[in-house]
Amino acid sequence: MAGITLTDIVLVLNRTTILDGLSLAIPPGGITALVGPNGAGKSATLRVIDGLLAPNSGSLTVQAKRRAFVFQKPALIRASAAANVALGLAALGLPRTERRGRVAAALARVGLAHRAHDPATRFSGGEQQRLALARAWAARPDLLLLDEPTANLDPGATDLVEALVAEMAAEGTKVVLVSHNLAQVARLAADVIVLAQGRAVEHGPTRATLLSPRTPQARAYLDGELPWSSLAAAS
Amino acid sequence: MTDTIRETFARLATLDRDVVAIAWLSLRVSLSAVTIGLLLGIPLGAVLAVARFPGRGALVGLLNAFMGLPPVIVGLVLYLVLSRSGPFGSLGLLFTPTAMVAAQAVLATPLVAALTRQVIADAEDHLGEQLRSLGLSAPRRAGVLIYDTRFSLVTAALASFGRAISEIGAVLVVGGNIDGHTRTMTTAISLETQKGDLSLALALGVVLIALVVTVNAVAALLRGHAVRAYG
Amino acid sequence: MVVPRRGFLTLGLLALLGTATLAHAEPASIVVASTTSTEQSGLFKHILPAFEAKTGIAVKVVALGTGQALDAARRGDADVVLVHDRPAEDAFVAQGFAKARFDVMYNDFVLVGPKSDPAGAKGTDITAALTKIAAAKAPFVSRGDRSGTHSAELRSWKEAGIDLPAVKGDWYRDVGQGMGPALNTASALNAYILADRGTWLSFKNRGDLAILVEGDKRLFNPYGVMLVNPDKHPTVKAKEGQAFIDWLVSPEGQASIAAYRIGGEQLFFPSATARTP
Repeated sequence: MAGITLTDIVLVLNRTTILDGLSLAIPPGGITALVGPNGAGKSATLRVIDGLLAPNSGSLTVQAKRRAFVFQKPALIRASAAANVALGLAALGLPRTERRGRVAAALARVGLAHRAHDPATRFSGGEQQRLALARAWAARPDLLLLDEPTANLDPGATDLVEALVAEMAAEGTKVVLVSHNLAQVARLAADVIVLAQGRAVEHGPTRATLLSPRTPQARAYLDGELPWSSLAAAS
Repeated sequence: MTDTIRETFARLATLDRDVVAIAWLSLRVSLSAVTIGLLLGIPLGAVLAVARFPGRGALVGLLNAFMGLPPVIVGLVLYLVLSRSGPFGSLGLLFTPTAMVAAQAVLATPLVAALTRQVIADAEDHLGEQLRSLGLSAPRRAGVLIYDTRFSLVTAALASFGRAISEIGAVLVVGGNIDGHTRTMTTAISLETQKGDLSLALALGVVLIALVVTVNAVAALLRGHAVRAYG
Repeated sequence: MVVPRRGFLTLGLLALLGTATLAHAEPASIVVASTTSTEQSGLFKHILPAFEAKTGIAVKVVALGTGQALDAARRGDADVVLVHDRPAEDAFVAQGFAKARFDVMYNDFVLVGPKSDPAGAKGTDITAALTKIAAAKAPFVSRGDRSGTHSAELRSWKEAGIDLPAVKGDWYRDVGQGMGPALNTASALNAYILADRGTWLSFKNRGDLAILVEGDKRLFNPYGVMLVNPDKHPTVKAKEGQAFIDWLVSPEGQASIAAYRIGGEQLFFPSATARTP
């Protein structure tokens, strides 16, 4: 029940137009991927949805009680893993015992329960991103925004993060995923939105959209993603 | 010259309880001033790093300039303020250690605030978006950023301690260099220099430097321990 | 909780405690604005313990030039002044900042200079010595800080008939500092300087300097003590301040002053016989 509608969104930062009349409707449930070339406005779209950036014009409806955002670089503070997860609960006004329970559950969920008291900044990249997911999940969001969450991770760590994201989505959390990894998009997402130059140029089911894009902008982007193209040609 | 140095070390061995009392006063005054400086400067620096409001740039510039506030001017202004004929004369604080703490706190606060602002601004670049996304209020974000940068803020504390304990202009003017009451290491060194007792002045200087080095070493040890424990 | 509120609270309490304990240092005390010569000669360190033990009143001495000491007292920042510039002291009384001035002690000024004495100033006549120094343009260091010693120096130039502003040149170094720093400068420059005997005797960094002129009656250097008028500044601790003055001029205080010696030489001579209201 977390549908998102953006209508004619314009966002200008430092005199550069980032979103140029962006309109899109993200259906509730499942995982929706945002793809597109650098500078297309993917990250900005996520930030507008989360309220981190206020659009200059346009309208926005986000049907979600609670949002959580996981960034490409896990922004962890110099404290224990548990304290970092608790940070996600600080604004919720939960009683102490409930907070503790949620922190423990979130750490267990991402497989880091045994490292609850270790300094988070000393975790490996994959562990840090799992911790960021735990922090996001601890708040029990019904909308999870992921901005290239595995861009800096090795394949093993990527698999772990993908499995967690898929699980959370299966449990009913709406996930919006920005990723350049089209194989990952194909594995996770039900539908794909292709952005170009601050607009949504195409929106459709993942496989159909990736294999046979209808618009020239989407085709240009997808053709440029060589590994995917060669894989598609081989299959 | 070599005679003076040889004599200096001979004098070090015979430094009496007076010197201990003077060193203790210096330490108490400067540590109190730094504590006040931290209590005022860290929140001020954090607010300037996190908040956006008109005139913020000017305030930051002013703060950076105040890092170099001349101690003797601070002393003079505070002297006029605390003098019996001044606006706060009724407090009777002139020529007391409290006045010296106030003067050094005035020197320490902008230094702490300016260094804090820089450190927190860097942390904000890295964490700010995430903290806002978590729905934390501005004061809470500032609190988390202060906590996150606590090890770097130790450096700000040490810098302001160094400035406080080594300055003479302010404590001399508002403290009056009263024997056994407001005489600090720096004013004692100055006095012995004036009396031409250069070897005693140098011996006191060695004690002052040892004091500063010790405080820095203790802070470095504590910090190292904390960093190992908490990342 | 992530933010260590308790830590900051503790710090704050520590700061308050720190300043609070600093504020309540002693019970009864007075502030005496005095001159660098009395402080740096070590006189106060010698005489004060007896007074403090007897009365329980702590004496806090702020050492300034005579002019600055009188200014601090005018602002109400001292309870008692002990200085050595008779005309300035009389003006202080005349302006109503003190009700009375008491003679306490005297010592004398000495002309100090290089042992080689290039200007040939050695002798017992200060005006003759200054005339020779000016004629030879030999290096001379002046306090230049409105102190009692500075006043005495300017008086001596005048008595020698020398128009200082007119003849002043590179040889005349106005340092604007206390007796000690001025002596340090003179020692470094191997220059002539007028100094009070007390500071000179306790001064350790003499280098090549020695006393060249002493014993001239005009180099007499009397010290006076005054209680700041409580009518002008109600915060003045009149009872304690007067107790200190009374003790200074009492036989006990006078004996204590006379007993202070450096290297067997007496620095200050009691003079509390004549009372000058």
